[in-house]
Amino acid sequence: MFRYIMAGILCVLFSEIVFSQSDNNTINDSTNGKQLEEVVIISQRLPSDRVTKPLSSLDNFLEKANAVNMIRRGTYAWEPYINGMASERSVITIDGMRIYAACTDKMDPVTSYVEITNLARANVHNGPSGSAGGATIAGSLDLVRKKSSFGDKTFKGAAFSGFESNNRQKIAGAALSYSAPKIFADIDFTWRNAKNYKAGNDKEILYSGFTKFNMSAITGYKINEHEHLEASVIYDHAVDVGYPALPMDVSLAKAIIASVEYVRHHISPAIAQWKTKLYYNDITHVMDDSKRPVVPIRMDMPGWSKTAGFYSIVQGDFGKHNWKANLSGHHNSSIAEMTMHSNTPGESDMFMLTWPGVHTNYADLFAEDIYAFSKNWNATFSAGIGVHNNVVSNQFGLESMKIFYAGMDKSKTRLLKRAAASLHYDNKHWNFSAGIAYGERAPSVSEGYGFYLFNSFDRYDYIGNPEMKNEKSASINGTISYRGSDFSAKLSGTYFYISDYIIGKPDSSLSVMTIGAAGVKVYKQLKYAGIFNSSLDLNYRIANSWLWTGRLSYRRGIGDEVGNLPLIQPLTYSTSVLYSINQFSADISLDGSARKTKFNPEFGETAIPDYAIVNIAASYRFKLKQQSILLKTGVENVLDKYYTSFADWNRLPRMGRNIFVNLVWSF
Amino acid sequence: MQCSIMLLAALLIFISCKKENTVTPVNELEGLQLVTTISNDKHKISLYTASGKFQTGYNDVYVQIKNTDGSALTNATISWKPVMHMMSMSHSCPYSPVTKKDNAKSVYTGYIVFQMAGSDMEYWELTLDYTINGIAYTATDKIQVIAASKRVVESFKGSDGKRYVLAMVEPVTPRVAVNDMKVVLYRMESMMSFVTADNYTIKIDPRMPGMGNHSSPNNVNLTQGTDKMYYGKLSLTMTGYWKINLQLEDASQNILKGEPVTDTNETSSIYFELEF
Repeated sequence: MFRYIMAGILCVLFSEIVFSQSDNNTINDSTNGKQLEEVVIISQRLPSDRVTKPLSSLDNFLEKANAVNMIRRGTYAWEPYINGMASERSVITIDGMRIYAACTDKMDPVTSYVEITNLARANVHNGPSGSAGGATIAGSLDLVRKKSSFGDKTFKGAAFSGFESNNRQKIAGAALSYSAPKIFADIDFTWRNAKNYKAGNDKEILYSGFTKFNMSAITGYKINEHEHLEASVIYDHAVDVGYPALPMDVSLAKAIIASVEYVRHHISPAIAQWKTKLYYNDITHVMDDSKRPVVPIRMDMPGWSKTAGFYSIVQGDFGKHNWKANLSGHHNSSIAEMTMHSNTPGESDMFMLTWPGVHTNYADLFAEDIYAFSKNWNATFSAGIGVHNNVVSNQFGLESMKIFYAGMDKSKTRLLKRAAASLHYDNKHWNFSAGIAYGERAPSVSEGYGFYLFNSFDRYDYIGNPEMKNEKSASINGTISYRGSDFSAKLSGTYFYISDYIIGKPDSSLSVMTIGAAGVKVYKQLKYAGIFNSSLDLNYRIANSWLWTGRLSYRRGIGDEVGNLPLIQPLTYSTSVLYSINQFSADISLDGSARKTKFNPEFGETAIPDYAIVNIAASYRFKLKQQSILLKTGVENVLDKYYTSFADWNRLPRMGRNIFVNLVWSF
Repeated sequence: MQCSIMLLAALLIFISCKKENTVTPVNELEGLQLVTTISNDKHKISLYTASGKFQTGYNDVYVQIKNTDGSALTNATISWKPVMHMMSMSHSCPYSPVTKKDNAKSVYTGYIVFQMAGSDMEYWELTLDYTINGIAYTATDKIQVIAASKRVVESFKGSDGKRYVLAMVEPVTPRVAVNDMKVVLYRMESMMSFVTADNYTIKIDPRMPGMGNHSSPNNVNLTQGTDKMYYGKLSLTMTGYWKINLQLEDASQNILKGEPVTDTNETSSIYFELEF
């Protein structure tokens, strides 16, 4: 697929060309020694004309980051894999807020509860370095909300609409923002409705439609020159979401995400900002199979997750030091049920808790210092420590778990440590960085306490294991980049050596629960696993109006005993040519992957042939005084190729030819 | 939340303290329901069970003997004998001696394992023999035994040629957990005499026929305890209908009855049922 938007580092390097309107934060990041951070610009004040499809889903945007793969089980709600690692291994936050998904089958990653219109950008950190949000192995992904600032009285708005031919997706929404010297307010809503999509060769993919409504509001009040308050809320409501790669769909996925924040600036010469946020989120996720005509047994699998938390972050400068410290904590309660309705009339329903009412209590202290020891060199040090506690709060759930672990304690507390150091060099053309990091994590709710969770890819029932040790990772990372007047390139790589790697291993002594399952796997720990990630980005300005980009990336993951790790990206590439002049732009891109030959049948994987698809798009912005209308249109998968990638759960084929039109009216 | 829990705890402590301080006459029949009353000219003998019914399988039975004036007797020595009158023959069933209920003055208890239900033509009759102050009395009457909704007793002939009766005592209220399982095993010596069968092993394999006939982990086969009953562990991974497939194994590890459940054999010929 075409780069709707370039990975953040490109934005940084080419901010003056590609994202002339991008805000200062993004540009500053590169001079703050944060080259290890990737920034994905999602939308600025208005949906941008610099991206091929401004109204595409957040999943599509995130997929463009080099560090991120999106594992796809349906049309939306894809699971972000950072550096080739599943979402348990990363910390995904919205404006620093921790949210726990409510679905035992990973149908609702945190990213599925927000919309592109809510967000300004996504910051992706590799590895444990820079993760203020908590203990992590793979990295962190923070979705930064879009908001106005205090200033002259202005009132701005936009209305947008889109249509996609393939799945008849209709998109509509609006955003309004108001700024004044002492107050600002933003509100936006987005609605999407899609029918089943068609893969290449006109093959309809059943159960792939969805409807989603999202509303977001954020407001700020300036108490005085150095203090302000903010409050925000996101309400997301999706119904009848199809998951063609899975045996069940979702009748309702609902989230309320709310926060209040207090910010104080310029406290002292050394303390530039102090920000404290309190937040709460409540997620309801109802998985069912009512739309499937033929099932071995009817079942409902609702799940609920509630999280309350806070963080308080202090940032400042002191001599050559740029430092920050963050104290955070949260409490989560996750519970999920499964009710199976017997095919024998009159027989009782079969009920179990698939997440046995698990409370997670977490407190964390993190500090980072960037030391600029010369004009071109700086070093970053960070360290964090977290106290992680799980309690199985539900008696029914605890007794269920004790079927497997007779001696298990209701409560388990862990200490999670992380530290990172990196060195950066930056001059006019060249930029190097190299770092080392160490991180630990606790098993996720499913890994620790899951009870017969069916994985439809390897077709095993999974049993959690509360007696596992922390998973630990030591990693190295490095980047080299060059930026010239017309040409730029960036090569980056990371290697993670993970000990006590958590993965499901078959236990032949256990009897399957799910009808048709191949067996039962219990989460166990491999002695080690190694994951290598690499990417190369190239940009060349052929002529004034012509920009060529290329990207190549490759990952490799191997685990002790198991061999190839599942869902690891083979060599993939993309290349595009962008032409832009005045209000008009057009691009053509080629997106492809080499054959996937390193796969693991133990996890349901099969070999995948190589593929390449072609996309084209064009846009024009009509300007009428203060108003403008942006028209974007294009064709994705022009040749209607039938294909599937490593990231497609159960080898779900991707969308065939799709013509889209996006219309954005700004005033 | 925290506050309300503390309040609740305080309230509970208050309530439990209050309970201890109040002297209430102990109702020895609390939680029990009357099944039937058998009378002779001197006494009324009331029979109680938790359900108010006699059902096939294991029944804990409680007995209270009252004078005609309604006062309960506390110094009786009781024995009983249930007999099934069939069209062509009569037989008894496994039953325990009758003893005073723990901490009770006037209530006696024991158990009876009915291996079949009664009907209009074929019925159970219970005889109670008891002595009070050296004087022997007897009372006999028909009793109604209904079929339990689930299979909780098995009566069969083992490959050793002997007849056995196997009945589930526990779990009474199964949970999604590792349940304590308890059964009684009797061998028939004659139509009228059943003795506890010692040193056997009862193998269990719980299955859910409604869900691919899956099993559960960490079950423990039943072995005999000091009280002659058989004890084991039964894992139930979800609510619903469970079939506990059984195999009876003697001390030399010969299977006397029952077959292992396999891909081709969905059920053993002897089993118990649970639904919750």
